[in-house]
Amino acid sequence: MYSDKVMDHFQNPRNVGEIEAADGIGEVGNPTCGDIMKIYIKVNENEEIKDIKFKTFGCGAAVATSSITTEIVKGKSIEEARELTNKRVAEALDGLPPEKMHCSNLAADALQKAIDNYLGIEENNVCDDCEDMPG
Amino acid sequence: MKRVYLDNAATTPTASEVVEAMEPYFNENFGNPSSIYSFGREAKNTVEDAREKVAQLIGADDAAEIVFTSGGTEADNLAIKGVAMKNKEQGNHIITSAVEHHAVLHTCEYLEEYHDFEVTYLPVDENGLVNPIDVAEAITDDTILISIMLANNEVGSIQPIAEIGQIAQKNDIYFHTDAVQAVGSIPVDVNELNADLLALSGHKFNGPKGIGALYIRKGTQLTSFMHGGAQERGRRASTENVPAIVGLGKAAEIALEELDEKREKMIKLRDKLINGIKAEIDEVILNGHPTKRLPNNVNFSIRYIEGESLLLNLDLEDIAASSGSACTSGSLDPSHVLLAMGLSHEVAHGSLRLSLGKYNTEEDVDYVLEKLPAIVDKLRAMSPIYNQK
Repeated sequence: MYSDKVMDHFQNPRNVGEIEAADGIGEVGNPTCGDIMKIYIKVNENEEIKDIKFKTFGCGAAVATSSITTEIVKGKSIEEARELTNKRVAEALDGLPPEKMHCSNLAADALQKAIDNYLGIEENNVCDDCEDMPG
Repeated sequence: MKRVYLDNAATTPTASEVVEAMEPYFNENFGNPSSIYSFGREAKNTVEDAREKVAQLIGADDAAEIVFTSGGTEADNLAIKGVAMKNKEQGNHIITSAVEHHAVLHTCEYLEEYHDFEVTYLPVDENGLVNPIDVAEAITDDTILISIMLANNEVGSIQPIAEIGQIAQKNDIYFHTDAVQAVGSIPVDVNELNADLLALSGHKFNGPKGIGALYIRKGTQLTSFMHGGAQERGRRASTENVPAIVGLGKAAEIALEELDEKREKMIKLRDKLINGIKAEIDEVILNGHPTKRLPNNVNFSIRYIEGESLLLNLDLEDIAASSGSACTSGSLDPSHVLLAMGLSHEVAHGSLRLSLGKYNTEEDVDYVLEKLPAIVDKLRAMSPIYNQK
């Protein structure tokens, strides 16, 4: 059901943890969804993501998308990181099962929220779908 | 390395004695039981012999009260649709519970949507049990059927079925029980349970897949929904699946012989698992009734982690288990059973079901108790809600 790449990131997640005194923190999802992702970034004077960590409560896809997102943008400029979308994250993992595309593929949103937070942009809700869920 | 299978509530391996008993009925004795010549007569006798064994397993007075079906789902469908269609002039109200298997729930929803039935879905308490008083209070002049499961497939809670059956009997209402998880695991007697209809499935107790049965108490009025030949006394058309019926019969015979021994072994392994998990992992919640539960069912919510991640990690250690998490149910919501018991979504997402079978050993249990705590630690270390407690 999952690609080898997903399983690799699930088994050996990169950059797990928190950053104390992070420059930006982004969180998406809620416990009702069954997925919560939290991304912490540390930005240097060249506007590059010097360090990035994540914590995720969720399924295999949620963990793998979080892990690969941190791997893709670590060392990149904020400008470059701004380009990352959930779709590109899924592609980088050689695809996700269709039922996972909606609920568990939110890591890029968490990253964008962390960047918003760093830039001082007011939070906008990126997990509308989740919150509209029944039950 | 040996794999550890702890999902016997999903399915069980077919016992080799059962496979052996079935084998001649694919080619050597291939006759159609409806044929009058010797090939047919032999097949017919074999089917009737299996029917007798199934009747014995559930204490039916007469083997003619057993109808073979393609499984538990069809047995539930036949019971509920059959009674509803035949008795709709008497009333259009059915009582069931919120924690039934989908074979019952979705059948009831179908009757609501397409046949103007009204269905009461009774709530359960925090242990997953239906209160018989609620059943009695839900009865109206239009109630024609009560359907409550004997034991729950997810949390293993055993319902007060004899008491509910008595209420149905007193009110002259048909009573069906889905006993798919119970048969072969605990003693089941249709007379003690006051059941008019009872569904069972072969592959839950080391029989083959694709075969089950519905017990229909003599005199129960229901219609068939499989139309065709006169098989199964006109209650289920279609040429009998003779090899599978033979397999079900053999599995029933073995289940009856081994019931006490198996139950004792399951309880010992179950309690070792429950106590071991409680001792090794903090912040776990045992789901289901602590004592009124199936001998082979263990169901925990492990706080702050999600079920699919847990199952994937267990699978990497060659342990097969199940969860009520949304990710494993194919829908966005976690298990309807856990939600009906009052668990929050978050806690329901973190449920783990380990269901034992007759081939499990103490080594299997020890292996799980060795591997599970480290997996939980790893996932909690990754969980953003673990630190927020």
